[in-house]
Amino acid sequence: MTAQLYLDGVNRSFDGFKAINNLSLAVEPGELRAVIGPNGAGKTTMMDIITGKTRPDSGEVLWNMTTDLTRLDEADVARLGIGRKFQKPTVFETHTVEDNIRLALKSPRGVFATLFHRSSKAEEARVAALLDQVRLGAQADAPAADLSHGQKQWLEIAMLLAQEPELLLVDEPAAGMTDAETMETAKLLRSIAGTRTVIVVEHDMEFVRALDCRVTVLHQGSVLAEGSLESVSARPDVIEVYLGR
Amino acid sequence: MRRLIDLRLGICLGVLFLVTVLVPVGNLMMQPGSGAHVPTHIVSLLGKYLCYALLAVALDLVWGYAGILSLGHGAFFALGGYAMGMHLTREIGPRGVYGHPVLPDFMVFLNYTELPWFWWGFDMFWFALLMTMLVPGALAFVFGWFAFRSRVTGVYLSIITQALTYALMLAFFRNEMGMGGETGLTDFRDVLGHSLSARETRVGLFVLTCLALAFGLIVGRAITLSKAGKVLVAVRDAESRTRFLGYRVDSYKLFVFTVSAMLAGLAGALYVPQVGIINPGEFSPANSIEIVVWVALGGRGTLVGAAIGAIIVVALKSWLTANYPDVWLFVLGGLFILVTIAMPRGVLGVVEGALARLRRPAPRPREEPAE
Repeated sequence: MTAQLYLDGVNRSFDGFKAINNLSLAVEPGELRAVIGPNGAGKTTMMDIITGKTRPDSGEVLWNMTTDLTRLDEADVARLGIGRKFQKPTVFETHTVEDNIRLALKSPRGVFATLFHRSSKAEEARVAALLDQVRLGAQADAPAADLSHGQKQWLEIAMLLAQEPELLLVDEPAAGMTDAETMETAKLLRSIAGTRTVIVVEHDMEFVRALDCRVTVLHQGSVLAEGSLESVSARPDVIEVYLGR
Repeated sequence: MRRLIDLRLGICLGVLFLVTVLVPVGNLMMQPGSGAHVPTHIVSLLGKYLCYALLAVALDLVWGYAGILSLGHGAFFALGGYAMGMHLTREIGPRGVYGHPVLPDFMVFLNYTELPWFWWGFDMFWFALLMTMLVPGALAFVFGWFAFRSRVTGVYLSIITQALTYALMLAFFRNEMGMGGETGLTDFRDVLGHSLSARETRVGLFVLTCLALAFGLIVGRAITLSKAGKVLVAVRDAESRTRFLGYRVDSYKLFVFTVSAMLAGLAGALYVPQVGIINPGEFSPANSIEIVVWVALGGRGTLVGAAIGAIIVVALKSWLTANYPDVWLFVLGGLFILVTIAMPRGVLGVVEGALARLRRPAPRPREEPAE
């Protein structure tokens, strides 16, 4: 097996509610994967388990088949090369847009390393390039609090790219974006996949269609179906989950 | 360098420099009775205010930048003060009331036969000076290590810092603690051979306090300007997000909390020789809460504002407790409410906002994080 991210028989309940129920999932290096599912299907809990925020009650979560992610905390997981973008854009509001990117740039994370850190030309060029990429160059000096919701989404995407992660976990990136921006985000994520692994959690079917990738359908904390969007959306049980009730 | 000493800090250091020069000149060179004379008790009073200003800068570093609302910073100040007080007590030597060559008066009175181990070394000034910062720093490190690793934040952290200083107060009140009990340490004679009642010594202590405050402001500024300082603000604004970027939030908090406690200890060490006494009352929770009011009033997250806030409130306190002793606590409470509601960015925020309006007609409103 060559999976980069491997979940097997993962369980997690909150006060008796099984948020994740015997979940198994394998994602190959360089793959682009969309995870869909109705509210409460366990998508965010799954992300929390992968990134060390929540510990599973049982089951295996492996990185490159060797590192046990359930033993690590958020900072360790991030340092391994797993970056996360949140559903609600969370940027550092009082910092300027460029400082947000500087903080995310891949570099030593220790207290004394940052205390004596001097920004290099290469780093500044990288910051400028990322700002250009997400079209926030004009707002570089503005506090992130001044950005619109959509711009904050872009800033967070730029921060995610700045970390140069091997795996990007992206939670509803298209929320709050215009249709054109949504399509552009899909294009961006498609271009990243291949060199990096990307897992996208999304509600917006148009967006998932634009991603044009393998889709995993979650329901009640476990995998209901997996395959191309056409094949899974043709399945009666998936239609039942999405349209039934 | 231009970034380190910006306009705000530059003006503050300039004023501080003027005070450092003019007050000693006014005391030592002007004739008593002339308008420019500064009496010695005023020199020590100003020195005391500047110690509080340094303490406020220390608290601003953790509260204003890292969002850690410590309600126990008075404990670090008091520990620094006790460490200096222990040295000054040892300096008394055989000149005490009981004339014992080694033991301080209170120990003779309590029938001690030998010096407790934790008093060893305090006869040496350099050792005591080191301890004024190492003891508060070590306590902050151990306390912070447990608290931050267990992810105790917000109001819960504030409560346990308050409990910390309260517990220390109760401990220091006990005679068995070997720290002078309720009376504390007092009746100091001299420091490094200079009589504490001599005005030259008083002026010297004042100048050292000015230098310590400048040092605290510059260290604070250097930390907050560095990338580590940006991480601290990130922790304040979105702690969990900072973790997901790979920063070990507890290490950053521990670092700034320890540095801050050491600065507070230094402030306490300079305070004690100027007021002539250190007692367990310095650990009182109300003292620590007052520090928070200073910082809030001056302007949180500005360092300079914290120092200004401390001086304003303490000067007001001196005046009110002398003239209208009954109203002081009401004024303190009222100030805190007023600042929270009407001036969330403090006095410095109001002044700088007004100056910015003079320069640019339409300022952009900036939101400050609530804590």
